Amino acid sequence: MVLQAIFFYLFATITVASAFMVISSRNPVHSVLFLILAFVNASGLFMLTGAEFLALLLIVVYVGAVAVLFLFVIMMLDVDFVELRQGFLQYLPIGGLVAFIVFAELLMVVGSWIIAPGAVSSITQPIPEMSGPDGISNIQAIGQVLYTKYVFFFQIAGLILLVAMIGAIVLTLHRKPNVRRQDIMTQNARDPKTAIEIKDVESGKGI
Amino acid sequence: MEEFLTTYVIPGLWIIGHSLLLLVILLVFTAYILYADRKIFAAVQLRRGPNVVGPWGLLQSFADLLKFVLKEPIIPASSSKVVFIAAPLVTAVLALSAFAVIPVAENWAVADINLGILFVFAISSLEIYGIIMGGWASNNKYAFLACLRSAAQMVSYEVSMGFIIITVLLCAGSLNLTDIVLSQQSGLGTMLGLPGSFLDWYWLPLFPAFIMFFISAIAETNRPPFDLPEAESELVAGHMVEYSSTMFLLFFLGEFISIILMCALTTILFLGGWLPPLDIAIFNWVPGAIWFTLKLLFVFFCMAMVRGFVPRYRYDQLMRLGWKVFLPLSLAMVVLVAGVLQYTGWAS
Repeated sequence: MVLQAIFFYLFATITVASAFMVISSRNPVHSVLFLILAFVNASGLFMLTGAEFLALLLIVVYVGAVAVLFLFVIMMLDVDFVELRQGFLQYLPIGGLVAFIVFAELLMVVGSWIIAPGAVSSITQPIPEMSGPDGISNIQAIGQVLYTKYVFFFQIAGLILLVAMIGAIVLTLHRKPNVRRQDIMTQNARDPKTAIEIKDVESGKGI
Repeated sequence: MEEFLTTYVIPGLWIIGHSLLLLVILLVFTAYILYADRKIFAAVQLRRGPNVVGPWGLLQSFADLLKFVLKEPIIPASSSKVVFIAAPLVTAVLALSAFAVIPVAENWAVADINLGILFVFAISSLEIYGIIMGGWASNNKYAFLACLRSAAQMVSYEVSMGFIIITVLLCAGSLNLTDIVLSQQSGLGTMLGLPGSFLDWYWLPLFPAFIMFFISAIAETNRPPFDLPEAESELVAGHMVEYSSTMFLLFFLGEFISIILMCALTTILFLGGWLPPLDIAIFNWVPGAIWFTLKLLFVFFCMAMVRGFVPRYRYDQLMRLGWKVFLPLSLAMVVLVAGVLQYTGWAS
């Protein structure tokens, strides 16, 4: 228990500190790198609660794929830091509003937890027994609710992602007419009979 | 106090000792893998390869290590210094840490965790950061372009690798690496009435997946013929252009250790890990770790040979292979394997 507490405070401190650095560091690439550090530590927190599958999935999906693309975009942008600073006061009200809403929602969540402790269990699936001899693994626990009770929502989420993907492809797809493209199938289908022609050249005459 | 000693101190020391032993063996092994790589490549080109330092050049890798360490580390003036220094560290540490879950023989893994394969996959997806950070922090456009190419390549091939791993997981029914190896004790061979042999391992029933995994592993570790980020005859050293001395050594080490990791993963997923090729007494007497090492070396030998005789891919061909060939094929494999397992009832 002591060890768990030590690790909890370690992960939590680094998460909060790096989250602070995300908004305070001057260079946007450093911000994204701190964001990644925050993700990794958040996955450490997941690990401590016993949700190893979610923790590793967070790393594979968010850190390994989403944040990489994020970093790509930020790195390739030509950001003018002076201009970035000037807009600070202009965006402060909107940012403040978002911060206020998030804070209020957090208060509501924590408040309901204190006022009505039974509220959480009435709207969510019961958490299955995961330790002990008849405990099931993380993946089984998630699979059992995801593919049974929430299968409809799961499919809808997949459909939305598919639409988004097709949208992104359509936006970037424009065929230029004058570009010579390589078609691997036709290249592989070529054979010496059609590709080369052997001519018997008589000396002194040429073709 | 007694309880503190037995719950924290002794297991802690045990884990530290085990990890240190693994690290030392792994680093020495890496040195000889490097030597083997150069020797095989030389043999393919009818050269002798390293043969000066030590008998048959056996100490060449250690001489190289000294050469790297004793040189002056140069940090470019306009670089982002902390990120510049952190990048090789990230690469090397991540590559080494994945070995914590690799079972060299039964119960030999430092941490035999339930989600072992997912852990390795997560670590290998994090390895991109060493490259991106190194390329960006150098503040050099060539390093930056190379890091973009390299990272795009790794992200692309990770997708199909994930699907191939899923096909193996469907057959094994577990994400634990030890269970995956043990589930290969019986399979296609025993189903036909033969005693346990190498025909039981997943390379045979999942043959297309095995080949795709092997090729993806080469692409994932930026080895030739997919070594576009650092194509030595065209570009200089990719994202490592600005690196010198120990920092370069760490990049180099991280790259080679992740190659060994990919060989180990191929061994575990498709070649039966530490299981002997035939279930007979003589083979069973040989310790599992030796079988594991032999199989790993076999996979590495194949990778080194590929380096010797396959010409380098062009970047667009590489991307086509990843997204238009491997991704649909591996996705089809998942559907097919899941369907077969469901309808024949082999999945239990």
